[in-house]
Amino acid sequence: MSGLSLQDISMRFDLPNGSAVQALENVSLDLKPGELMSVLGPSGCGKTTLLNIVAGFLAQTSGKLVLNDHEIHGPDAERGMVFQKGALFEWMSVRDNVGFGPSMKGMPRGEKAKIVDHLLDVVGLQDFKEKAVYELSGGMQQRVALARCLANDPDVILMDEPLGALDALTREKMQSLVLKLWKETGKTIILITHSVEEALLLGERLIVMAPRPGRIHKEYRLPFAELGVGADLREVKKHPEFGPKRDEILAMIWDMEEEIMGRTEEAS
Amino acid sequence: MTGLFVLFIYVGIFVGSFFVVTKVIDRATAKDFTSLKTVTFGDESAVRPNRIAGVLSILTIFLIWGMFTGSSLLPKFLHAPGPFVGTLEFTYTAEADGQRDDGTVTVVIYPRDSETEAPEVDPGDGFAKNDSSAIAKWRTGLVRVDANDEIKKKDGAEVVAINGQPIARGETVKIENGTVTLSDKGTPNLAPYRGWQMEPLYLPAPETVWSRTLQVVSEGFRSFTLWEHLGYSLFRVIAGFLLGALVGIPLGYAMGLSDWFRGWFDPIVEFMRPVPPLALIPLVIIWFGIGETGKIILLFLAALWIMAIASRSGVSGVNISKVHAAYSLGASKWQIMRHVIVPNSLPEIFTGARVAMGVCWGTVVAAELVAAEQGAGMMIMVASRFQNTDIVILGIILIGVIGFGIDMLMRWAERLLVPWKGKA
Ligand SMILES: Nc1ncnc2c1ncn2[C@@H]1O[C@H](COP(=O)(O)OP(=O)(O)OP(=O)(O)O)[C@@H](O)[C@H]1O
Ligand SMILES: [Mg+2]
Repeated sequence: MSGLSLQDISMRFDLPNGSAVQALENVSLDLKPGELMSVLGPSGCGKTTLLNIVAGFLAQTSGKLVLNDHEIHGPDAERGMVFQKGALFEWMSVRDNVGFGPSMKGMPRGEKAKIVDHLLDVVGLQDFKEKAVYELSGGMQQRVALARCLANDPDVILMDEPLGALDALTREKMQSLVLKLWKETGKTIILITHSVEEALLLGERLIVMAPRPGRIHKEYRLPFAELGVGADLREVKKHPEFGPKRDEILAMIWDMEEEIMGRTEEAS
Repeated sequence: MTGLFVLFIYVGIFVGSFFVVTKVIDRATAKDFTSLKTVTFGDESAVRPNRIAGVLSILTIFLIWGMFTGSSLLPKFLHAPGPFVGTLEFTYTAEADGQRDDGTVTVVIYPRDSETEAPEVDPGDGFAKNDSSAIAKWRTGLVRVDANDEIKKKDGAEVVAINGQPIARGETVKIENGTVTLSDKGTPNLAPYRGWQMEPLYLPAPETVWSRTLQVVSEGFRSFTLWEHLGYSLFRVIAGFLLGALVGIPLGYAMGLSDWFRGWFDPIVEFMRPVPPLALIPLVIIWFGIGETGKIILLFLAALWIMAIASRSGVSGVNISKVHAAYSLGASKWQIMRHVIVPNSLPEIFTGARVAMGVCWGTVVAAELVAAEQGAGMMIMVASRFQNTDIVILGIILIGVIGFGIDMLMRWAERLLVPWKGKA
């Protein structure tokens, strides 16, 4: 079967002081090719850990990861990653950053230039091709990061709060861009966010995770991502189901946060 | 005493020019946006060096230097009072066999470069005859007043007064333009007024240093030209630094990338880091002698640890997201080394290189002070042995200028080669 499959993934961090943190417990998921899934959850519930395991930066303590019928061990170009910030290469121009993946593969220059030019058009940075990345604004830098990831043509794109460091307006534009890229490229995307609205807008599927141990608490299938492609996202937010869903999920996360706070208060 | 006086003048110029420049001149000049900030005290970014202050600071140093060395570059009225030059007179009263007689002493105080004979004087009458003497300026001199007297000291004559003021052995009497002290053996010792200026032996005037510079430039010093001396020092620094970087950078990378290397070399590096290179000079001389080998090895050691530590922290300072991103983009270990770790560590390595060059420059001068045939340090050491203070000062200025130049050059290279420094 093709697609991404997580089977009973558990992750335990053994701390040097002898105690251990169960960051993930028996997380199972199946993603079909081209699915867009957003992940929500209170801080510390294991979202980043989960993404790092899928990316191959961490090895799970138990469970199995399968992508397109082969098991995942370690990082690979088939799974691209977009970080919140700080992952661009300052010593390279925008063009070289975007062309990094193809260069590593030893792709011929002409072919690479075509891909880079196309992607810079898509993210609207053609005029900034020769600039150093530190000369760009935060939003532009994230567009470079997206383009760099796409240039490598991965099967799965993993995003850990990719828009977290942007201002509200830039963020809205970037959300539209993510939807557009998803539709155009048909990539499987997992996107972690702290914003419930963003999770609703950018998730065909949405999972809410619960902490201690990290696990999937609830899963939704949503129409908003499909509606949002090429549309004004502010209009999508006026959808009659949008408000109630947002309130429901907010209350759910709020309860979890309350519980965590209560527990830490008891402990101290 | 003079030191305190210099400090007062310096502080006076500092405070005075501050008020003149900031209250009068700055009012009249245009304002930029930092002057719109209301909070400037405590805002480091609002503090920029005042250019006028910089120029005045340098001028003040030369002004004070000139004032206290009687420089011919300054108008006379700005000079600090100089030592007395000219003719000076005092009378002494000798006592022998219960009778007293006066004699006059005439002393010529002559400038160093025009040696002068003691003037002829009329011996006068009585048993104490008139005397004369000549002393170079800045110097003191014993005047053997009894040498021509009819009753000499060994016959029981004794000086009992100077200019009519009674005096005993070990005591001092003030006269015009100087003091007279009766030595323990009973001979008057004349100390002409010294003034506030520094003796050229201690601090030559700026123009003396300048003319000596021209002389050293054209004639060289100790059978090497000035450029050869400086060139030798620079060559040693560059050779030692390059060797240190050549070994230190790969070592630092290995320590940043491998547990085994880190574990093996950490104790050595951490132990050698706090040992000042100067402390190694004696051992290096014992092992390698005073030739070029020893000096280059010393500078190699000075640069090695600095470069190793800089590149080690350059490697460990890489943002893990960048490495992860590169892996996800399909880079191999070697490609990550070449395209991520090396460029990411370059800013740190450059900072290390700047420090290392500074340390090497200081160390080479010190090593040449100890033993060398040529070099900037050797120049000032040999010059000081022959009391050529002007060459010592010339050498110090050149060492400072070159050290500064090296640093500027490194900064320039840094801006050119690692423009992304501090931008991550
Ligand atoms: N390297 C590690 N060593 C020990 N514990 C870790 C490590 N990484 C994560 N953890 C623990 O695992 C749990 C999950 O962490 P994770 O970073 O995945 O949370 P998160 O959901 O991404 O939180 P946030 O929303 O704040 O980013 C936390 O309790 C954290 O303390
Ligand atoms: Mg996280």
